[in-house]
Amino acid sequence: MEIAKVIDYLKSYDGRQLKLMEVCGTHTAAIFKNGIRDLISPKIRLISGPGCPVCVTPTAFIDKCVEYAKAPGCELLTFGDMMKVPGSQGSLSENKAAGESGAKANITIMYSPLEAIEKAKQNPDITYVVAAVGFETTAPTYALLIREAERQGVRNIRLVTALKTAIPALRWICENQNDIDGFICPGHVSVITGVHVYDELAAGFGKPFVVSGFEAEHILAAIYRIVRQIEAGEGRVENMYPNAVREDGNPKALQAIEDVFAPGPAVWRGLGRINGSGLYLKEEHSVYDGGSRGLDEDMQLPDGCRCGDVITGRINPDQCPMFAGGSCTPMDPFGPCMVSSEGSCGIWYRNKH
Amino acid sequence: MKITMAHGSGGKSSAQLMKDIFGKHFSNEVLNKMEDAAVLNLPAGEGNGGFARIACSTDSFVVTPLIFKGGDIGKLCVCGTVNDLLMMGAVPKYLTCGFIMEEGLDTELLDQIVGSMAAQAKEAGVIICAGDTKVVEGNGGLYINTTGIGLIPEGRDVSSANCREGDVIICSGNLGDHHACILSHRMEIENDIKSDCAALNDIVDGLFAAGINVRTMRDVTRGGLGTVINEIAESSSCKIELDEEAIPVSPQVKGFSDILGLDPLYMGNEGKMIAVVPAEQAEAALAAMRATEHGKDAALIGRVLDGEGAFIKTHLGATRRFDVLYGEGLPRIC
Repeated sequence: MEIAKVIDYLKSYDGRQLKLMEVCGTHTAAIFKNGIRDLISPKIRLISGPGCPVCVTPTAFIDKCVEYAKAPGCELLTFGDMMKVPGSQGSLSENKAAGESGAKANITIMYSPLEAIEKAKQNPDITYVVAAVGFETTAPTYALLIREAERQGVRNIRLVTALKTAIPALRWICENQNDIDGFICPGHVSVITGVHVYDELAAGFGKPFVVSGFEAEHILAAIYRIVRQIEAGEGRVENMYPNAVREDGNPKALQAIEDVFAPGPAVWRGLGRINGSGLYLKEEHSVYDGGSRGLDEDMQLPDGCRCGDVITGRINPDQCPMFAGGSCTPMDPFGPCMVSSEGSCGIWYRNKH
Repeated sequence: MKITMAHGSGGKSSAQLMKDIFGKHFSNEVLNKMEDAAVLNLPAGEGNGGFARIACSTDSFVVTPLIFKGGDIGKLCVCGTVNDLLMMGAVPKYLTCGFIMEEGLDTELLDQIVGSMAAQAKEAGVIICAGDTKVVEGNGGLYINTTGIGLIPEGRDVSSANCREGDVIICSGNLGDHHACILSHRMEIENDIKSDCAALNDIVDGLFAAGINVRTMRDVTRGGLGTVINEIAESSSCKIELDEEAIPVSPQVKGFSDILGLDPLYMGNEGKMIAVVPAEQAEAALAAMRATEHGKDAALIGRVLDGEGAFIKTHLGATRRFDVLYGEGLPRIC
């Protein structure tokens, strides 16, 4: 179907009010970048889900990273997105800049976790602590890091993981918030997991789960398919990103995750503890674990922060008093949804909604 | 508060720092204009060749790696300051340079960089008239500051505050090349993306030679086009609307930025500029730019409207507002 016809259809949609969730932060960013809300009927409301790994990382994880970064003989490796997430002892960025007045935090922004191998070989006296954050998309790279470290006998690497899997969180949302009419499923995650992981959810909850790519045309096509399914009284899985997402996903990457990690309970900032949604190093790789499992207790959101309501779509970011009142901004973020480039609050703020 | 890397991004944090600390202490009518270069009024008369105004600008260069595809820190530190002068309609004339060298810096490397500076200065028509060196402890790093002086010929009035409703915005070429090149080096990604590092004398000379009534010129450096357009809209109290499909980006940089989650709208350049000109001169300005080496990919990318703020029209016909760069413009996590 031509994109112009899809837009026509969605623009003139006049059925019952719909609430669709885009699960992935990259989708949220693309929806704003392409002005998609402009192109569809106000009766189709798009809400952002918990699909930004930075946003759902608990405070305790940041604190643990800060602790390592300040420990003698340690260097923390992290993706840049994590730098400004507030912890109870400040963000990584603040600690890195603490300079003379405090213990200097030793933090390097990495572009790939595999950088740890070369660094660790060059400086055997330094322990490289890798802050592992991400979903199924990034987990295989961390698995590869551990495999490679083992193969090369590199011992001075530790992983602190806040790695998470998206499906248990989707189930949590379906169970706890029944007013969402359909899901735009994350394209990148689905490249790894394949499409059958959504079968049980679609069947169990009777809602459409449509896998989408990241171009405006992809997203509009996915929204169209969800709306058409709802109108037809259907709730099934559709793959609208077949060029990238295979039915069975990427078995090699899935195998790598399974070899190295085991599922366990994890805390999602704003949602709470979700069983089986975290990935932790298996017993046989525990020599590389930097103490990832104890980090699920502390999940205190700052007073007034409504990140939890934002990532479950109960409110739009601008309905949070801290957003509306101007006390939470990308410059001085309070909640993690404002920090990350893919967090819904930050995206709303930068687009001046 | 402590200084973080975001304060060096050229975006929101940099602007806040300028305002809160430097603006507070240095505030004066020249500096407060916050243009690419300061315009200083000198008494016109015999001996200054009919030039009544000079442009003055300073910039420090801290790039790593020191040598990259398409240039090096020596070439960069000349082009950066020369371009800032050009953007005020000035003819660049003199540069000073200050070198802060970390111990361990290889003198062969230094020789190569200084040689590259000299060649670029010659090409851009400036002479390097004063300099200084300091050595500090470190690991062989090098930082260069250059200050430039240019003369503004009579009749030119170029300023970020000069845009009017109905004007059009022309971009001199593909965006994001420098940013993508430097990031590729740092991330050890093999590709053919070269920095666009260049002095833009040919474009500016071409515009004035064609008799274009240039309202505003800005080089699109740190913070990218998104930040520059917002600053112009604010300075000129107008609304600017860009046409997404018209913004030139090479396929390589588009692919690179898609993978890393970067937006070319916020990627830095070192040899690109925009010019705002009256609508009736759009074709002539475009032709003048395209006739030059550094402006051959020039494109008309937007227009000035009544109102306020910066907007972009997407390829599917939606319109969204965009802001200056926040944070550091780093690759995303997933």
